[in-house]
Amino acid sequence: MTGGVTIIRISDDALALACGADEVAAAFEAAGCTVERVSSWGMQWLEPLAEIDGLGFGPLEPGDVAAVLAGTSGKAIGRIEDHPFIAKQQRFTFARAGKTRPLSLEDYAANGGWQGLAKAREIGPEATIAQVTESGLRGRGGAGFPAGIKWTTVAKAQADRKYIVCNADEGDSATFADRMVMEGDPFMLVEGMAIAAHAVGAHKGYVYIRSEYPHAIAKMQAAVRASADLVAPFELEVRVGAGAYVCGEETSLLNSLEGKRGEVRAKPPLPALEGLFGKPTVVNNVLTLAAVPWIMANGAAAYAAVGFGRSKGTMPIQIAGNVKHGGLFEVGFGVTLGELVMTVGGGTASGRPVRAVQVGGPLGAYHAPSDFHLPFDYEAFAAADGLIGHAGITVFDDTADMSRQARFAMEFCAAESCGKCTPCRIGSTRGVELIDRIRARSGRGPDKVEALPQMHNARKVERSLADEIVLLEDLCETMKFGSLCALGGFTPYPVLSALRNFPEDFGAVPAKEAAE
Amino acid sequence: MERLQQIIAAHASAEGPLLPILHDVQAEFGHVSEEAIRAIALALNLSRAEVHGVVSFYHDFHAEPDARPVLKLCRAEACQARGVEALAAGLPENPRVKVETVYCLGLCSVGPNAMVGSKVHARLDAAKLGALVEALA
Repeated sequence: MTGGVTIIRISDDALALACGADEVAAAFEAAGCTVERVSSWGMQWLEPLAEIDGLGFGPLEPGDVAAVLAGTSGKAIGRIEDHPFIAKQQRFTFARAGKTRPLSLEDYAANGGWQGLAKAREIGPEATIAQVTESGLRGRGGAGFPAGIKWTTVAKAQADRKYIVCNADEGDSATFADRMVMEGDPFMLVEGMAIAAHAVGAHKGYVYIRSEYPHAIAKMQAAVRASADLVAPFELEVRVGAGAYVCGEETSLLNSLEGKRGEVRAKPPLPALEGLFGKPTVVNNVLTLAAVPWIMANGAAAYAAVGFGRSKGTMPIQIAGNVKHGGLFEVGFGVTLGELVMTVGGGTASGRPVRAVQVGGPLGAYHAPSDFHLPFDYEAFAAADGLIGHAGITVFDDTADMSRQARFAMEFCAAESCGKCTPCRIGSTRGVELIDRIRARSGRGPDKVEALPQMHNARKVERSLADEIVLLEDLCETMKFGSLCALGGFTPYPVLSALRNFPEDFGAVPAKEAAE
Repeated sequence: MERLQQIIAAHASAEGPLLPILHDVQAEFGHVSEEAIRAIALALNLSRAEVHGVVSFYHDFHAEPDARPVLKLCRAEACQARGVEALAAGLPENPRVKVETVYCLGLCSVGPNAMVGSKVHARLDAAKLGALVEALA
């Protein structure tokens, strides 16, 4: 308490607002307190979370305010920084989370802001790229491509104009780290983009934000305006998506920025050489660019010292779905999946056993608890037929029907396909039909066309359930290797992993019973 | 029509101005009409087919006006894991409110979630969702 007035800190990020933070803040103000709206700590099950002199209270409702102020609230969680969910983390990108007012330049500068950009300007473009390369930073959007190599390609390209494009089209379910950066620490993203621009010689940058994030859009626009002088001559502009998931794919995003249909482009040419308006372009995810200021300020070695195998540094992991303690957990690579779900996440919110965990968003695999030993690392997940993606984890309890989830993966692909390539456009619709037949255990006789005498090679006998499953596997193979981008190419991950890890939901006899 | 020209003029100096123009037109008029497509195509030196192709590609742009208020209900995986499908199935039809499916509002640990305008709502149950729809009707 300072001067008799109690200062209450409450987040104003979209999730806190959705849980009623404004109403709680108003109740504190009505009780004579001063309320400061700050970024979110990322302990989302406790939102709205109020902080008074470092002590936390949550999840609050307006009616709890009197008890909090009287010191008798049952919702006290003690010192926030000592809470196990926070204490176990290694926060580089989210070092300021919960501590600063998102749009305060003063708070940003007082908490390590702009040091990375100053360093980059001091050591020059080549040394800046060398730092990013040495840090081992890999693209956080999902592909895990080394950021330093991409920047080098753009820096070496000869052109009259170059662009920095920030991919903030965070469409994957169970991911919200980009949103938290933009709503909680928008100047960090501005700084990261300014460093990238300085390094590769770009004059203009775009932040492409999905339209489902109105709060992030508003904050980024305000931050870009407020910091324009600090990053000049580099110019930044916020652009808003229009509800197409596929625009999270980099070439599709570039088409969208150019004002075209968000259709995927064939690669090559690489966007690093012929990107936005045909000019060399760095396209990086929010988390990739947001990691850069820390790397520049603290040195590549400090970043690379953390991590696992070829996955260097920290990953802001997003724990979501049916989980008791959901939120943002930034930690060095290498933590196991089981630790994240059971120890950090506390198991399911419903209290039922965990049945499946989808890692990496709608295009990520469904893992059974038997995969809980997997370390969080790009290569380890790839070896287990999965992927990390943007590091979102969705927990399902034992009421989940995995053939239904597989069907949804195909349905989602059909709804969001850009339509350019056939495996994705047609395959996803055929996939929905096929899984519907498998779910109905209907089997299938030859159709009218197949029954025609001139269709010599068509199948004339009825397809059994086993035949349909083989067909589904075959379709997934075609989509995986025949699609232009990750939407059609990765939809087989959730489908095949559901089929392999949970065969009993597809009509197969569970292995245990079969053995008896 | 005058307002339409103002919107187009406001984005004239932007690189790739089509999406920002369409966003403003959609927000102003509630849909992107044939007439608007014609004017935008003329101003940007595009064919009407090109502009129509863009309008029809994105979920946010609508060719037909719809005066009903919209509630966007997230039905992606994380909300599914928290029971949104049962919630959606049990939601009574209300002809005066348009309930749209959206894939992910980024509030994935506190679902099921919905958005009305730019106001977001989390931890929905049947009663809360029903009340939201009622309030719009």
